[in-house]
Amino acid sequence: MLAIFRLRRASSLNLIRLMVIVAALLFAWWALVFITNVPHFILPAPQRVFVTLWELRSLLFSHFLVTLLEIVGGLMLGVILGFLFAINMQLFRLVRLWLLPVLLFSQAVPVFALAPILVLWLGYGMFSKVVMAAIIIFFPVLMTCFDGLRNTPTGYLDLAKTMNVKPWQMVWRIRFPAALPVIASGLRMAVVVAPIGAIIGEWVGSGAGLGYYMLHSNARMQVAEMFAALLVLACLSISLYYLADWLLKKWIPWGQG
Amino acid sequence: MDVVSNVSHAKTQDVDVSYEIQASLCYADQTKPVYKNLRMTLPKQTFTCLLGESGCGKTSLLRQITGFDDGSSQSECIVTEVNKGVRRTVTLSDSIAYMAQQDLLMPWLNSLENVLLCDYLTQPLWHKWRRNTAKKEREKRDKALFLLETLGLVEAAYKAPNQLSGGMRQRVALARTLMQDKPVVLMDEPFAALDAINRYRLQDLAAEMLAEKSVVLVTHDAQEAIRLGQQILVFPNQRDNQESDVQPVFDFVRPSFPETAIPRPINAELGRYQAALLQAMEAVPC
Repeated sequence: MLAIFRLRRASSLNLIRLMVIVAALLFAWWALVFITNVPHFILPAPQRVFVTLWELRSLLFSHFLVTLLEIVGGLMLGVILGFLFAINMQLFRLVRLWLLPVLLFSQAVPVFALAPILVLWLGYGMFSKVVMAAIIIFFPVLMTCFDGLRNTPTGYLDLAKTMNVKPWQMVWRIRFPAALPVIASGLRMAVVVAPIGAIIGEWVGSGAGLGYYMLHSNARMQVAEMFAALLVLACLSISLYYLADWLLKKWIPWGQG
Repeated sequence: MDVVSNVSHAKTQDVDVSYEIQASLCYADQTKPVYKNLRMTLPKQTFTCLLGESGCGKTSLLRQITGFDDGSSQSECIVTEVNKGVRRTVTLSDSIAYMAQQDLLMPWLNSLENVLLCDYLTQPLWHKWRRNTAKKEREKRDKALFLLETLGLVEAAYKAPNQLSGGMRQRVALARTLMQDKPVVLMDEPFAALDAINRYRLQDLAAEMLAEKSVVLVTHDAQEAIRLGQQILVFPNQRDNQESDVQPVFDFVRPSFPETAIPRPINAELGRYQAALLQAMEAVPC
């Protein structure tokens, strides 16, 4: 009972802190525009952005949905691939030896450079952005998962060895759950990074999505619209992070120190 | 007549079985062996206490008996099963339950699931293990619950390990070891991390519930050895002959201890034995 109360108090404090930070940033933004008196097509005042946001709400919402789907799809694809590769690398020595250099090499290729090729291959639709987001999160997920699988406490492994456990059971029933707290930090990172992949994909070539809309407004010198889209995107990223954080804490209660 | 084979469960139920162990250990990066031609016997239904300074190879010996191979090529461990005078070489890995100083409870499983760990680990891939109501599973579950009840852990059955105290966690670990129901139980300082009261209680519980097993208890606590030991083996002191190249013949020191039933109550007589044992551990002839 006391624990629940404490938790509630801590999370409401967090919320208050967040609101204070947002308010301070908005005030700084407003003050900057007010003092320097920059034209609105360079930096629009916050109230102008909010008015635009409200006026264009249905349009922005449709673009928001596209980007959200791309991010979620990319997260799922990247996380599943990352887990599969990590587990196989742990299970099979040959896979580990041959795949690790290839994966490291693949990280040397900038994702930005891949984006046009992906759009060329996979088309202007949603799929190229999903793949883009998946590629950008694949490596952090894979590496944290692989590290977690490798660093299982030896006591667990010894105990399991006395129980006639098969190799796949060792990985799936001992190593993987034991690695979950480490994997969780990789997933948190992935959730923050995945929107970047989706947006880059949209910038390179697309017909919908917040990235597409930002590029479009920028070309028309509608900076307020661009900022409105940016605001939506920032809210999306932050909500995704807190959602992921909450879910991970709920599912992995033993990983919190 | 030496036949290498795995010990099957049906055979080890036989009460006349005892094990003779012959082991040598040398770490890969060292020339001097930790022990060479060590011999010990594990009689049936007996608590064997292994004592010695840290670094003398107690834990390594346990690991060797378990079948974990972490020495060099010069290391070996031969286990001979003696069954009514018939001798054969066996691997014990299938007939051993292991309990360590850390409770090694899986934090993602509750106490009951931890007690049933062996079944959880070895079940097939797409098996919905929590909802299974097959008869065999239910019987095992009932047995696990009964063990938890005997150890005073009824309320803890559905709690996660991180909600339990150290003593309760170690009792869950004991229940897990009992659930495995193997003829040989190896314990590596299982009560060392507990406070005095919990240690005393757990020693009583272990003595009572493991009475049917061949138990090897590694400990550095002389009192624990005197309370529980029905065979006490002390590792010889290696400090005095570190310079000499000639390996002395390895032989355990066998101190005297009371012949009464275990767990022995702590009293003046036990104290005298304990003092004698500590003396034996301090100044051991080489």
